[in-house]
Amino acid sequence: MELFEHLSLGFGVAFTPINLLYCLVGCILGTLIGVLPGIGPVATIAMLLPATYALPPVSALIMLAGIYYGAQYGGSTTAILVNLPGESSSVVTCIDGYQMARKGRAGPALAAAGLGSFFAGCVGTLILAAFAPPLTELAFKFGPAEYFALMTLGLIGAVVLASGSLLKAIAMIVLGLLLGLVGTDVNSGVARFSFDIPELTDGIGFVVIAMGVFGYGEIISNLAQPEHEREVFTAKVSGLFPTKQDFKDMTPAVLRGTFLGSALGILPGGGALLAAFAAYALEKKMKIKPGEVPFGQGNIRGVAAPESANNAGSQTSFIPLLTLGIPPNAVMALMVGAMTIHNIQPGPQVMTSNPELFWGLIASMWIGNAMLVILNLPLIGMWIKLLTVPYRYLFPAIVLFCAIGVYSTNNNTWDVWMVGLFGIIGYSFVKLGCEPAPLLLGFILGPMMEENLRRALLLSRGDWSVFVTRPISAGLLAVAMLMIIIVLLPAVKNKREEAFVEE
Amino acid sequence: MKIKSQKDFFSGLMFMGIGVAFAWGATTYSVGTGARMGPGYFPLYLGVLMTVLGAVITFQALVIETIGGGKIGKWAWKPLFFVILANLVFGALLVGLPYFGLPAMGLIVAIYALVFIASIAEDGWKFKATFILATALAIGSYIAFVVALKLQFPVWPVFITG
Repeated sequence: MELFEHLSLGFGVAFTPINLLYCLVGCILGTLIGVLPGIGPVATIAMLLPATYALPPVSALIMLAGIYYGAQYGGSTTAILVNLPGESSSVVTCIDGYQMARKGRAGPALAAAGLGSFFAGCVGTLILAAFAPPLTELAFKFGPAEYFALMTLGLIGAVVLASGSLLKAIAMIVLGLLLGLVGTDVNSGVARFSFDIPELTDGIGFVVIAMGVFGYGEIISNLAQPEHEREVFTAKVSGLFPTKQDFKDMTPAVLRGTFLGSALGILPGGGALLAAFAAYALEKKMKIKPGEVPFGQGNIRGVAAPESANNAGSQTSFIPLLTLGIPPNAVMALMVGAMTIHNIQPGPQVMTSNPELFWGLIASMWIGNAMLVILNLPLIGMWIKLLTVPYRYLFPAIVLFCAIGVYSTNNNTWDVWMVGLFGIIGYSFVKLGCEPAPLLLGFILGPMMEENLRRALLLSRGDWSVFVTRPISAGLLAVAMLMIIIVLLPAVKNKREEAFVEE
Repeated sequence: MKIKSQKDFFSGLMFMGIGVAFAWGATTYSVGTGARMGPGYFPLYLGVLMTVLGAVITFQALVIETIGGGKIGKWAWKPLFFVILANLVFGALLVGLPYFGLPAMGLIVAIYALVFIASIAEDGWKFKATFILATALAIGSYIAFVVALKLQFPVWPVFITG
């Protein structure tokens, strides 16, 4: 069995004491920061990225995987305890999770989220290991036209799932693409939009944009709210573990969530978010057993299903990243950045040129998941304590970590000035109701899209029909078109708005 | 004509402005043709696309009724100013500004400055609590970033370390 050979190679790489330690540290840090209200995995990873610079690539990525899972679980924790989703995909968890917490059942809710995520993570890892090699084969058939079409599909997919105005989200993507073009053009050597500033010829650092827009932008808009509105909820948590009945209720929900999540996560464009929404919708459609709490009032299935779905989805969303080198969401975009910093170009060649790294990373994802459960179940009580720290002490610390993180990326104060600028821009986005996540995705994809467009048109001698005459490319673009049309259909449009309003 | 959604109206204007700026900037580079794209080709068309999107968003904001008028609301100038200022002062103190003759003050001084300035952003900050927070963060950062992660920072002011 090739699959097991690969996995054992991976575990051989990842299961060294030092890597386990990095993974553990990553999980702890990720959870610690992810549990802070208003900080999702994107901001957490951006903040902790510099901490991994000094490590060898394998250890660095393993630590980042730990941070990612930690942050994601931390986000679910705040969703349940204080009704503050750390990221879009835990928005659904808020609905029933917070109600459970208000009824003093935060413990079972947190445990259900943790155990469901762990199970989904295990399944997701197996799927990733099984499907990565055949998909990589497919990736070698991809020419520039296909890559361009796939990126278009990915960006459209991300937009369709974003909340709020579709047009604004598309405009944010375009803005991201444009910002990604700042700096020296690889083909002609012309420094574009750099205003003769030497630091700008290298382009804008993505850590700068991520921290400025997500970190500072969020902090400022949080501070703008009156204190009582962001007051954290600290009810007594009684009974840390789910009862037998809870287990009976949540098991089928976890299975359904895992299945949906794994399937939807592979799609480029916010798989985890779509998965969580779909899983919750599915649970709502299922019959409510007699004696069960209705949805929206603290049903454990409403926590277990979306949590497993979003974890399975985030696991399988590594597939497009590792096989095609295309980040399907903002978190993965950050992982691409992290890989490039360590001189690894994500894409189909990683598996053949760095098999230890590829399989090691996959194994470490499972380790990260396992560690999270071991770490978090006994610590649920402590996380709740951490939330009682007033925001007044929290936010200067967050500002400090952002500033240190940005500076240490390049050991250059230019980045510190830039992050200030992007902080102002980020706050403007909040005020104008523009979602920043599509911008980050566009920013990462900008140079890649330009390069593939250039190559595709060069090969076709300037003939744009190349995108529709090549079957794979045409198919991908057709799916993208279909997605836009479906979203614009009046019936779906209303439903979509409803779905985002409800949450 | 009445603005039906303030948020959309102004974000549309913003997109239009940025789109025009990028497209105009792109024309200063060689644009080329599809088969031989110059450095200006992709940004020019993206800029045009963004201008069009911005125009549509602005137009919709004038036509389509929005619940509550999509009000932007009050700008939180105070947090905005102090958070960004704290960030800038941190950078300036950390390594100094040779251009203005400001010597590097190092990480510890920069942390105290950042924590105090950022704290002002919130109403009702207290000196003692902020001082304790800054001290805790300074010690924590020293251990985490300088001792454990070995990141390269000037830690103390230059006139102490020489």
